[in-house]
Amino acid sequence: MRLPTKFRQFLDETGGMTLFTGRFFSQEFRPRFEFRELFSQCYIIGYNSLPLVGLTGFIMGLVLTMQLRPSLVVYGVQSQLPLMVGVAIVREIGPVITALIFAGKIGSSIGAELGSMKVTEQIDAMEVSGTNPFKYLVVTRVVAATLMLPILVVLSDTISLFGAYIGVNIRSVTSFSLFFRQVFAGLGFGDVLPAVIKTFLFGFAIGMVGCYRGYNSRNGTQGVGRSANSAVVISSILVFIIDLMVVQVTALMGLN
Amino acid sequence: MEPVIVIEHVFKRFGSNVVLNDFNLTVGKEENVVVLGKSGSGKSVLIKCIIGLLRAESGRIAVLGENIPDLNHDQLDRIRAKVGFLFQSNALYDSMTVRKNLEFPLRRHWFDLAQDKIDGMVKEALENVGLAHTVDMMPEELSGGMSKRVALARTLILKPEIILYDEPTTGLDPVTAREISTLIVDIQRKFHTASIVISHDMHCVKIVSDRVALLDGGKCYWQGKYEEMEASGDPVLKQFFE
Repeated sequence: MRLPTKFRQFLDETGGMTLFTGRFFSQEFRPRFEFRELFSQCYIIGYNSLPLVGLTGFIMGLVLTMQLRPSLVVYGVQSQLPLMVGVAIVREIGPVITALIFAGKIGSSIGAELGSMKVTEQIDAMEVSGTNPFKYLVVTRVVAATLMLPILVVLSDTISLFGAYIGVNIRSVTSFSLFFRQVFAGLGFGDVLPAVIKTFLFGFAIGMVGCYRGYNSRNGTQGVGRSANSAVVISSILVFIIDLMVVQVTALMGLN
Repeated sequence: MEPVIVIEHVFKRFGSNVVLNDFNLTVGKEENVVVLGKSGSGKSVLIKCIIGLLRAESGRIAVLGENIPDLNHDQLDRIRAKVGFLFQSNALYDSMTVRKNLEFPLRRHWFDLAQDKIDGMVKEALENVGLAHTVDMMPEELSGGMSKRVALARTLILKPEIILYDEPTTGLDPVTAREISTLIVDIQRKFHTASIVISHDMHCVKIVSDRVALLDGGKCYWQGKYEEMEASGDPVLKQFFE
């Protein structure tokens, strides 16, 4: 029986991605370690994403608070606004929105950069220069994305909560200390731990998909564009799938 | 002439498309061999098999006495330090300056070189191609001919014994193409390198070749001097002059 073309392509992609991930783990812990390139990528991926992540985090907190408030007023529980906003941002909205923005910025840039290097033979040039291009280009970028996204999420959550504090104070007056005391009163270990764990998984998936699409880019500049685009689409979908899986696993562990 | 590259009975295919079929060629020390062939005949595949970027399915490719298909990654790296490769697209790292492009292979092969030594080698390599003033430029600021020369400087910086040129004059105007062809000959004379030059530019072939090998149907169809090729009545050879 002949499988439909689209389904075969899906299986090909899944198989290729799995092998690529296996290659990552087989090479990650073997010398030579590319620390200089890793630090450089941490700077590019992490530090350079700060303004975008910070801005979106601030707006996210502000808008969420302003939209939640009328509903809570109806039930007379507007005093619970800091608690609700805190839980929503730390558990779900902060990690997921930051990961989606990260996928758009970093996933596409990794896909385009490696894709362009592939079609202009720069990856081959690296190999003949005595460099393992997989370690130099892929391992460093995936590790940097995995390490930087959790840090960005923590920063984004913090800025987002600050935005929420301003949002609360637009319609009422709440002190800074009272607002954050209420936020932290609503957060427990079971809220923070799964949120942190999933950000590592999001970062890994975004870095891996971007590298896979770029490293296997074909058909010239058109292929580079397709790689960048599909890196964003696939990693965004993966963010939601991982989110769903982490929720299920943490529920089974009694952390929800 | 002592051989530095010996290719025997090499077979390579992509799916059902056979590219190299029992290909044989020998390159001697300090010899420039031009591999000529039509587009898509497998010339670039051949030199990528020689440097180990592609793996031949069968046959022997001995470079400086080592059979390339038998080597592991570390052994390949040791051979690659002695074999330069000039890519058709130049393959300059576009995120790095010319200086960083030239430093890259040095730092990968010789970890403990002092910075002043590296600076001296970069300067010397760029002077060899007449572009010492471009050291702090980005690849995007270079013209096609300058990019080719910088890529050649990057190839020369490790002082290779063999250089593989993949269509070095493609995309260049006739004047620049002639300059690059002359530069290839100058490099051979100055550094005593052996070379395989992939080309279908007959002006380049005439200037750089000590010997011409014609790749046709996956085999080495003909070998000889450029003048012999020009005088030949063989229709396959004659079509390159038409």
